[in-house]
Amino acid sequence: MITTGVIFVYLVLVLLIGAFSHKLFRGTGEDYFVATRTIGPFILLMSLFGTNMTSFALLGASGEAYHQGIGVFSLMASAGALVIPCVFFFVGPRVWSLGKRHGYLTQVQLFRERWGSDGFGLVLFVVLIALIIPYLLIGIMAGGITLNEITNGQIPEWAGGLTVCLVVLAYVTYGGLRGTAWANTFQTLVFMILGGVTFYVVVDRLGGFSAALARVVNQHPELLIRGDSIQPLKLLTYTFVLLSVGMFPHMFMHWLSARRAATFRYPLMFYPVCIAVVWLPSVLLGILGSVDFPGLKGPQANYILVKMIGLHAPEILAGLLAAGVLAAVMSSLDSQVLSIGSMFTQDIVRHYGFHDRMSEKQQVLVGRLFVVGILVVTYLLFLISNRSIFRLGIWSFSGFSALFPIVVAALFWKRSTKYGAFASVFSVVVLWIYFFLQAGRAEDYTIGGTGVMPVAVILAVSTAAMILFSLLSKAPDQAVIEKFFPSGGGRP
Amino acid sequence: MMKTFPRWILYVAAFLLYVLHNDLWFWNDPRLVLGLPIGLLYHVAFCLAASALMVFLVIYAWPEKLEVEEEREEE
Repeated sequence: MITTGVIFVYLVLVLLIGAFSHKLFRGTGEDYFVATRTIGPFILLMSLFGTNMTSFALLGASGEAYHQGIGVFSLMASAGALVIPCVFFFVGPRVWSLGKRHGYLTQVQLFRERWGSDGFGLVLFVVLIALIIPYLLIGIMAGGITLNEITNGQIPEWAGGLTVCLVVLAYVTYGGLRGTAWANTFQTLVFMILGGVTFYVVVDRLGGFSAALARVVNQHPELLIRGDSIQPLKLLTYTFVLLSVGMFPHMFMHWLSARRAATFRYPLMFYPVCIAVVWLPSVLLGILGSVDFPGLKGPQANYILVKMIGLHAPEILAGLLAAGVLAAVMSSLDSQVLSIGSMFTQDIVRHYGFHDRMSEKQQVLVGRLFVVGILVVTYLLFLISNRSIFRLGIWSFSGFSALFPIVVAALFWKRSTKYGAFASVFSVVVLWIYFFLQAGRAEDYTIGGTGVMPVAVILAVSTAAMILFSLLSKAPDQAVIEKFFPSGGGRP
Repeated sequence: MMKTFPRWILYVAAFLLYVLHNDLWFWNDPRLVLGLPIGLLYHVAFCLAASALMVFLVIYAWPEKLEVEEEREEE
């Protein structure tokens, strides 16, 4: 009962933040979709980080650590601490600058004009939507399943998923990007703080960290090394998956919302620290859980955090943890949903059907309606999907990562052409489908069991296709070069 | 340190950090250092090193041109 009450209070707080942000709404499409590019450094950091950290960082990380031990931190956390800020550094401010200069609200607008091809914009739109739907689905599923587990079945999965959808729908449609960014900031702070509090309380009940770890040393020493649980080639190639942040539509949207190029500076510096703060307690609690709850199989371990709290902490902490997990789920889901609404409004409806004939209010309305439609469809998919859909997450990320050469070529390579971009996307689609079918139902598929992630091969081919087909086709017009590389010799 | 610190050194440092992420030398080392398994402590330190690298990149390799263009447009 306490748990349900805490969850309810938390959801009301998130809704109030969304409602309050609406007071600053200026009634324009630019304000709804990118907050009129007024977001400052702190909110940008919290938005970028919160959007990237899904429920996986809280629950999945501890579950993986339960099985694989400390290697999970090197595989997913520390790699992200280097790769993600580097992508932000090289791509984010440049995308922002082009967006500000030419009024872009979506990434498709940028790429379509960069290579002067409506067809490419349309193909990219379809591919991006196809890749992001599994990501949305995972979020809703995580929310539903977590609420069900934490409340011991009091809240059925369908009701949990529906609650997450309705709350996100309310503050995204009402508050637009400003509401989303504010809610993200609040929610990111919630899951960062609650992760630490949970760790402290549980470890304190176990007699302190040294005593708790000593139990693992005695019973499961294999969890304190990497051993055979992670192959070296997997550690090396898994980093490519993290390049996906360079092509996520929701990341583009948050970049475009920054007030100035300099707004990126502090988020870049602090992002790696935020990763360590969230992942370290999650991984350690997963490892400590192996002593109290031995023998959990596969996805059963995803709720090791919940089980540890149930055993070692008061009920109110379970409610707070549920709030933290919901925070992680919703802070990703909201941005994804809004970015899809933005893309549909700008790249399809406005560009093809009603260009220059829609008022600003109509743009916002269409965006809101599409957001409702996407959430309804995703929720229906959630009701009929099997839980094994969770494995789609890594495939979704791999697809976005393999599209990374497109943004690099657009920003840094003047000679790149639409044929190179088409070839790159085509190669990603073909190889992605091929490897997906090869993997079948395997949860931990690597090429030939070598540890090499499929994304490494898809990315290499996608890069080669971009280079080869660009060089084989006619160089882009000078006017396009001048537009995107204004000084004539530098980068945009 | 001068603000004209060569960018290429920072780019090489980023690559070296990427190589150092693959710490084969601690792969099977069970020692506890500062209360943590050494393989885990190494990667926590790696996060801090990545943060330090970003500080240097932001200070010495920032694309100042973007801000110059921004100011020009505002004028």
